[in-house]
Amino acid sequence: MSASHESTPARATATPVGVLLEVALAGDWKITLPRPAWSALLGAQNPARVRLRTDAVGQWDTSLLLFLFEVQQWCRETGAYCDAEALPDKIRLLLAQLAASHETSVPFDRSENFLVTVGVATVDAVGKSRAILHFVGECALSAARLARSPRKFRWGDCLSEMQQCGAMALPIVSLISFLVGVTLAYTAAIVLRLYGGDIWIADMIGLSMVREMGAVMTAVVLAGRTGAAFAATLGNMKANEEIDALEVLGIPAVQFLVLPRVLALAVMMPLLALYANALGIFGGLVVAYGLLSISPTAYWVEMLTIVDLSDVATGVIKATAFGLIIGFSGCLRGLQAERSAMGVGRAATSAVVTALVLLVVADAIFAVVFNILGW
Amino acid sequence: MNDESNTPASNEPVIEVEKLECGYEGKVVLKEVSFRVARGEVFFVIGGSGCGKSTLLRHMVGLNTPTGGEVRFFGAPFSAADSAARRATLKSFGMLFQGGALWTSLTLRENVALPLAEYTTLTRREIEEVATLKLAQVGLGGFEDYYPSEISGGMKKRAGLARALALDPAIVFFDEPSAGLDPVTSRKLDELILQIRETFRTTIVVVSHELASIFGIADRVIMLDRGEKGVIAEGRPRDLAANSRDPRVAEFLRRSDLLPPGA
Repeated sequence: MSASHESTPARATATPVGVLLEVALAGDWKITLPRPAWSALLGAQNPARVRLRTDAVGQWDTSLLLFLFEVQQWCRETGAYCDAEALPDKIRLLLAQLAASHETSVPFDRSENFLVTVGVATVDAVGKSRAILHFVGECALSAARLARSPRKFRWGDCLSEMQQCGAMALPIVSLISFLVGVTLAYTAAIVLRLYGGDIWIADMIGLSMVREMGAVMTAVVLAGRTGAAFAATLGNMKANEEIDALEVLGIPAVQFLVLPRVLALAVMMPLLALYANALGIFGGLVVAYGLLSISPTAYWVEMLTIVDLSDVATGVIKATAFGLIIGFSGCLRGLQAERSAMGVGRAATSAVVTALVLLVVADAIFAVVFNILGW
Repeated sequence: MNDESNTPASNEPVIEVEKLECGYEGKVVLKEVSFRVARGEVFFVIGGSGCGKSTLLRHMVGLNTPTGGEVRFFGAPFSAADSAARRATLKSFGMLFQGGALWTSLTLRENVALPLAEYTTLTRREIEEVATLKLAQVGLGGFEDYYPSEISGGMKKRAGLARALALDPAIVFFDEPSAGLDPVTSRKLDELILQIRETFRTTIVVVSHELASIFGIADRVIMLDRGEKGVIAEGRPRDLAANSRDPRVAEFLRRSDLLPPGA
């Protein structure tokens, strides 16, 4: 509250004069420095009156008010008389404000009972499900509208997103797929060598990469990379009122922002999955050649005995569906984001979690359906 | 500044708000809000922070759905209209958001061009020419190929205004146009608002608590109050400042004595 200089420590002395306790404060009282404790100053004394003096106080701030307030509170609780007449007017005014704010501040209770919590969670779940259905329906209607007038589709944005989620993802997809192929091959080699069936490593790697791991691992990578990016971008646009600006112009955000992104992912995912299949199979080949001495030709020929186009097609179908799921999840969470930095962060996290859960559910459904169809 | 004589507003109501009730998640922010805005009028919604000015604006333009009441534009219902009718009405709106709300991935020219591409059959070349013209009208000639991240806050607002004016709308809404601007830039924006009104007889609705703007360009104001959750005063700003007996209105407008004469 005044110009800073080297501080002298805050001091308090308590001098008993009959039933009166004379409390004299001195030194600099600053909130960032330690201050004397009233309880330690009081000790075992139980005065009927307390007189406060601040004549020797240098610099002071809220620290002094807190000490004086503590003394006043003690007096109120014990019935002692607190004599603050000697305090300067401005200190007494601030002390009165502190007392008033202390009395009026009621802690905000956010706790709810169990039934209310369950009820709120149920209503919330119903609302979220409805929001998802509404979003998917809106996307379908917008897609139908754009199919009638494709000129209005933002092809430039779509191509840019394709580059972002496709070409730019190649390094990470390459690394993950190759290592998945290597890991699968090492695991398979343990069992196959026991039965002398080393060559079947090609069948196992080929089939598992093409039918399952290529699409799933690519989807996991893109859920973390692209799904989160979609949510963060759209969440940030919402916070900056960019999405409101579209709505006021009567341009649906779904048509302008969601469809180009979802289409980009739906196109690039199968291509990336095919690329991941190749890298995974190559990873398996490296292990088969190095660990089991199987020649590349033998590996390739053996793999072709079990992997056919229907296997590749199942992987591609899955990858396309996974692309749609990741795109929808990312965009939905972005559009639902709260208008704050924390809201954008939550949207990105939620987009990844939603996408991963839906990916696993969809994968299980595909497994059952393909089994029924005999693919 | 605006005497009755030089106000080009007519009595024809362009906006009619009837007993509008606004709120979020079950919480009522405003209730029983009713007013009319005539064609060519510069109409201000004023009030202290948190009184619901921006909320009212968002409900009026359809960004949020009112929990009660009705908004009509040009005599036709808007709040309860189907999506085709709403879209048709939205074509006659322009809106300047607080931060400009420019689409960050597009250049200024592309920002202004987007509504034109969406709603007109102009050729690409014509659209670019119109976008360049609109940017020049708000003093951003030469900045057409800049991205929003490359220009200042005041320029973003002007670019946002150019976008809002792209379709030559009949009504332009401004959400806190002076927020974050220095007094000179703010004054220039006010002049721009008046110029738009004078040139196109555009109806202007402004949400603001800037006294300089209120006394400078408003024909009529309504004042909202947080406690009342509604309108507590309506009229010409100078009349309200001079005659209102409501202490809340007087307190809000009392700093008008600090304004320079003739402001």
